[in-house]
Amino acid sequence: MKTYHPLIQPALALAFTGLLLGCGSDSSDTPTPVSISTTASYHISATNLTNSQPLSPFLVTLHQSGGLWQVGETASNALEILAEGGDSSALAANAEVMASVADGAPLMPGESSEQVLSYQGEAHLFSFVAMLVNTNDAFTGLTQLDLQSLAVGDSIDLQLPVYDAGTEANTERAGTIPGPADGGEGYNGSRDDKLDVVTMHPGVVSADDGLSQSVLLQQHKFANPVVTLTITRQE
Amino acid sequence: MKLSTISLLLGASMTSQLAFAQDIDIKVQNLSQGLYFTPLVIAAHNDSGYLFELGQSASGELQAMAEGGDISGLVNIANSIGANVIENPAAGLLAPAAHTSASVMTTDGNMYLSVSAMILPSNDGFVGLDRWPIPAAAGTYHIYLNAYDAGTEANNELVVDGSGAPGVLGIPAAPGMDAGSGGSGVTSTEQNTMVHVHRGNLGDDDLTSGHSDLDNTVHRWLNPVAKLTVTVK
Repeated sequence: MKTYHPLIQPALALAFTGLLLGCGSDSSDTPTPVSISTTASYHISATNLTNSQPLSPFLVTLHQSGGLWQVGETASNALEILAEGGDSSALAANAEVMASVADGAPLMPGESSEQVLSYQGEAHLFSFVAMLVNTNDAFTGLTQLDLQSLAVGDSIDLQLPVYDAGTEANTERAGTIPGPADGGEGYNGSRDDKLDVVTMHPGVVSADDGLSQSVLLQQHKFANPVVTLTITRQE
Repeated sequence: MKLSTISLLLGASMTSQLAFAQDIDIKVQNLSQGLYFTPLVIAAHNDSGYLFELGQSASGELQAMAEGGDISGLVNIANSIGANVIENPAAGLLAPAAHTSASVMTTDGNMYLSVSAMILPSNDGFVGLDRWPIPAAAGTYHIYLNAYDAGTEANNELVVDGSGAPGVLGIPAAPGMDAGSGGSGVTSTEQNTMVHVHRGNLGDDDLTSGHSDLDNTVHRWLNPVAKLTVTVK
């Protein structure tokens, strides 16, 4: 059984780190609940907090087990496709995904979007993912958030950081970034990043901040967090 | 008499901590893409001690850790106050994205957890946790850690052999073997000489000259830089 505990003590985490970030996939022993097949319906609201990083249409999923990525582990091809090109369809097609909804359009800086995700049965592990499109392979999200203890009518607020898929070097060169800052290539199956595992993203440098080869400019820089997410259980 | 007993009980029930011994597992993961952690010191201790304090001058022991990765002084401090100390659980460097784990049975009264390790390459940067109250309730807790600056050395970003000694200006090593040389130095002063949140490496895109010996596409970071998973059993 997967459990996500920052929710239980956000005040402590905030006090000592200044940031409460959704991520991870950690195990702990919790009693297995009596299995009653019920319909759960979650209202999702996401806001893009960046200055000039449109997000690819976000994907939200429910799983019974597993997640979309794990920090320190190699990215799946499906995650690579999302992180390099913004296409979430391969992630949604994963056999462990019991229900999913993809937003209909990119989420522009400063904008919010809402979706409803429902499933009849036992699938409590929630994930959210979207690419920062003016990057080589940066994405934001959280995975394996256990919503089992979220009561109908209750909601939780989360702030999401930026991860690096580890599948494409952060060259920021012309032709390598699919977003409007470049209009370059999205997914490319070759892996040439420094470390072929998912980590936190170090941020984009930009030409204005000392990377002369970069097509990015000062406005494309970001800091954590980049998304605020509210999940409300409706049913 | 009865009143004071009741208030003591209330006081005890309102805190989330436990003064008695606890069996805990600790996992530290390096979340960064290009930073290494030098040997970690993890201490469960009472309320009389700390490894570092934000906004205060670094101790000599903290400086030795932050500038050169030497945790022996901090370990001595922790031992001197009866802390339960985990010393260097990764047996050396903790590489980008790597993790290490350890277990400890805390002594009665050691209700706080502190962590520190130098980050490389940096002049005097370190990852830290300052006096996290260990919860009484069994469960798994996640804590995200920031990178701090000891405030004891100018962040000139030049890799210099032997500069791990306290007071010797420079970055002692870039374990990823991905730093340059020949930089002119980013700065020769440190404005905030107290322990503070690290502003990050600057780096540049010239590995043979420029201001910095660091690579701006490799050695920068955004907080958090580490994740601590604490399981209270």
